[in-house]
Amino acid sequence: MTAADTGALHADMLVEFDYTRSLGPVLSEFMTGLAERRVLGGRLADGRVAVPPPEYDPETFTPVTDLVPVAATGEVLTWSWVSEPLPGQPLQRPFAYALVRLDGADTPMLHAVDVASPDDIRTGLRVRVRWAEETQGRITDIVSFEPADGSEEPPAPRAAEDERHAITVTPVRLEYDYAASPEESVFGRGLKEGRILAQACPVCHKVYVPPRGACPVDGVPTSEPKELPDTGIVTTFCIVNVPFLGQKIQPPYVSAYVLLDGADIAFLHLILGCDAHDVRMGMRVKAVWKPEDERTYSLENISHFEPTGEPDADFESYRRHL
Amino acid sequence: MRDVAIVGFAQRQMREFDGSPNCVELLVPILADLWEDTGWTKDDIGFWCSGSSDYLAGRSFSFVTAIDAIGAVPPVSESHVEMDAAWALYEAWLKIQTGEADSALVYGFGKSSASPLRRTLALQLDPYTMTPLWPDTVSIAGLQARLGMEQGVWDEKALAEVVARSRTAGADNEHAVRRDPLTVEDVLAEPLFADPLRRSDCAPVTDGAAAMIIAAADAPGLDRLQHSERTRATITGFAHSVDPSTLGVRDLLRSPSAHAAGRAAGTEGVEVAELHAPFSHQELILRRELRLVDDVSVNPSGGALCANPMFSAGLVRIGEAAKRIWSSEAHRALGHATSGPALQQNLVCVMEGSDQ
Amino acid sequence: MSKQLAAVIGVGQTHYRAKREDVSMPGLLREAIDRALADAGVTFDDIDAVVVGKAPDLFEGVMMPELFLAESIGAAGKPMMRVHTAGSVGGSTAIVAASLVQSGVHQRVLTVAYEKQSESNAMWALSVPVPFTMPVHAGAGGYFAPHVRSYIRRSGAPTEVGAIVAAKDRQNALKNPYAHLKNEGTTVESVLASQMLWDPVRYDETCPSSDGACAMVIASEDAVERAGIANPAWIHGQVMRSEPLTYAERDQVNPRAGRDAAAYLWKQTGITDPLREVDCAEVYVPFSWFEPMWMENLGFAEEGAGWKLTESGTTALDGDLPVNMSGGVLSSNPIGASGMIRFAEAALQVMGEAGEHQVDGAARALGHAYGGGSQFFAMWLVGSEKPG
Repeated sequence: MTAADTGALHADMLVEFDYTRSLGPVLSEFMTGLAERRVLGGRLADGRVAVPPPEYDPETFTPVTDLVPVAATGEVLTWSWVSEPLPGQPLQRPFAYALVRLDGADTPMLHAVDVASPDDIRTGLRVRVRWAEETQGRITDIVSFEPADGSEEPPAPRAAEDERHAITVTPVRLEYDYAASPEESVFGRGLKEGRILAQACPVCHKVYVPPRGACPVDGVPTSEPKELPDTGIVTTFCIVNVPFLGQKIQPPYVSAYVLLDGADIAFLHLILGCDAHDVRMGMRVKAVWKPEDERTYSLENISHFEPTGEPDADFESYRRHL
Repeated sequence: MRDVAIVGFAQRQMREFDGSPNCVELLVPILADLWEDTGWTKDDIGFWCSGSSDYLAGRSFSFVTAIDAIGAVPPVSESHVEMDAAWALYEAWLKIQTGEADSALVYGFGKSSASPLRRTLALQLDPYTMTPLWPDTVSIAGLQARLGMEQGVWDEKALAEVVARSRTAGADNEHAVRRDPLTVEDVLAEPLFADPLRRSDCAPVTDGAAAMIIAAADAPGLDRLQHSERTRATITGFAHSVDPSTLGVRDLLRSPSAHAAGRAAGTEGVEVAELHAPFSHQELILRRELRLVDDVSVNPSGGALCANPMFSAGLVRIGEAAKRIWSSEAHRALGHATSGPALQQNLVCVMEGSDQ
Repeated sequence: MSKQLAAVIGVGQTHYRAKREDVSMPGLLREAIDRALADAGVTFDDIDAVVVGKAPDLFEGVMMPELFLAESIGAAGKPMMRVHTAGSVGGSTAIVAASLVQSGVHQRVLTVAYEKQSESNAMWALSVPVPFTMPVHAGAGGYFAPHVRSYIRRSGAPTEVGAIVAAKDRQNALKNPYAHLKNEGTTVESVLASQMLWDPVRYDETCPSSDGACAMVIASEDAVERAGIANPAWIHGQVMRSEPLTYAERDQVNPRAGRDAAAYLWKQTGITDPLREVDCAEVYVPFSWFEPMWMENLGFAEEGAGWKLTESGTTALDGDLPVNMSGGVLSSNPIGASGMIRFAEAALQVMGEAGEHQVDGAARALGHAYGGGSQFFAMWLVGSEKPG
């Protein structure tokens, strides 16, 4: 997170998941072939052999059912040079992406060709598959292609696998630079100081916390500063008993809408300091702040809200906030 | 078909937008521009439709907050496509054709700079056999460009001419993010970035948003439009199509979907064509597929090589074409949008000027 | 010019399961599409355009997956669109597809919506922490449970109403060959005894996470007649309404966008007493309490009285207004398709093709979907007779 005094607050945001992909009949056979160091193509309706085999014909949309073996050697039809490989790309040193037509196939496949410089690759170059040490039934079982002079022995296929590969796992990891809006940034800096800097819409004068880039009713930024106390009520809530991937708070916990005194909108926060089952609609609560040296620019600076022990608010007083 | 005209357009483009990925802060001033330009208010709008991408923003439902910019209380008739806003415009045009609305406001937005764009776009490829190799958009475009060079369809100089013409035009476009003009010689002197492509052959990563108002010729509020003296840009043809995805099976030197869309929309006689070609050689493919003759003015705005705000760039092309009609520089103009790897999906909107 | 008539002439669904590991994404979609085409008696050659819907791309980890699916779903060489309006998307997608016909642009449009949730994890995809906010979000259940609590408080509904809905929908699902959950013996008591997940929402009161797809063929009046379709589901009216996720004093229990949408739909179709004039409804109920909430929102009951329709058995399969005859979202939930399933099941009812869960003589049926934080609404009313 940035510590600048003005401008948008930034934070790294990671979106990461290992997707499990069921392959269906055609790709399952193709991937099982790769695990056995064999490449299969699919015969299209017009008789051409396509690699990888599509599950449905690109012209007639009918299922492709006839899979045929093709060679692990072929020819570069076109290429482009990657001087600075991106994370996840097949090689982490300069390489070429190429469309390679394998011998026995009619259409090319996209993959990497491992050569040292653009001078070492040309259209028409003969290449062969470089297999992974451990094959797993994934497209990356082909690590890359490499130049072939025709004298090499074709790699020995592995023994047939006991099991078909019906699932492949694809890790997706994306890194984002997340930025807050100017209004949220003001709010975040306030939180660092232990203050709640809300803003009102200049048109409808409703007080928004956090403040907003656009008042959702009037479509203009909430621009009128309005500092709020850190006390309020629980309007409604639920008790989260369910654990899930990526969860940051240990269940069970109370996720509640807290309506601060003077605010016109509630926000979600955590209620602690009493048994979850003692939390009530209308209960008076007060923010419990993290120590100053642990504070960032996030609403997490408020560790949680806890009951003040004051009498509950009358239902009619917050009914319109539900 | 009901006559529908483009009556308002506004845009913002920049290299790096220092704000939230839902781009609300960009949309607010853009909508304000539109209200100021047209004299209309949100009450004059019968339908709203937007285009954006969750993967560009890095989170699910990224479009949800964007409607705050509308001020959507009372609730509005509204929809969203996970596509360039040019397709949102198509949905809005349909809505007007059904008679359910007389006018529509369409917007698109995207913060391309939030993550490495050319890598993120690898998620558009076949998830089983291609995405795990993370082929980036520039590399894929390079495969296409080299194919054309080696088959004699175009050469390095032809690409440089596209770049030079775009950059010269873009120098006059206040919204362009690349505004320094280049000559053919300048381009050819540039080192290769992703052999066979130079940086200037590739669209710049661009953040931005754009919005457009369209209205039926019989829309009740039309006579209240502030700029009633402006030549009206009436949509005369609107079509789109998609090609199969598999790169190896496609003829990468062709774009059958662009051809089909152009044919259905009727490209003959256009004087100005705003083409969404994120790579220089793709303009050459599109010119051919859309059967644009040599004297058509292509991308007087500078095109995608000067600014390419993802998910609004197609709508921007249509808006730029409409501007040429508003100013009477052209009587018949075309805006084009593309989506997907190597020109897979294409849309063509043809419009004509008509006096009030 | 006026709107052209359009009708559903074919419906296809996959079997819904937690994990459809037997198929790829293309295979999953084709299962639904091939059934819809066969049901309509048409082939891909007859289709003019394809409209695809699904919920967030993060679920499957593919950006705009319709692009790689173009040939698998028969869209290559045709116009193709991709709609995304959160949970209402299946309904919105059907409406966009219908508008392609109603506008007079096309004669026959294929529409398909899907989710292959087993490729990832819905809770994860919906709860990726956003910087600077408090990470208390806990998926859709965590989002909606507080509003269910508000409803119970506002309406004074008895605790077991949510369980009545869940038991009803799970029993209905036993009559639907495509349904995901086949929990025989689900009773009000067993639902009440199930684990409290997001208090006040119990395990059996929540929807499953499913893989599945649903497809429809929508045709013009001319195309219906030329094809000699005897029992099309005519589209009488349709509507989409949206409002912001949160705003000051927003009614999150009985959202205005839903009320406005319903009022518009009834006006458009000439319905003055929905409870009497609509024969059955497929309503988007991912958490059981949303049945009574939506009964009020849709105008089938006065505010605060929706639960009485549930409690009295009005919404049961043999009641006056059967709701979620198919078992609903509570029994099958491929999120992106869930809205379209509602729309398609409504069509099946008026086509007389709903099989064991058919409502006798259903002439007018409602399909309903909502999404986001109860802020995006899509609805249509279909009928066995032409409107008007």
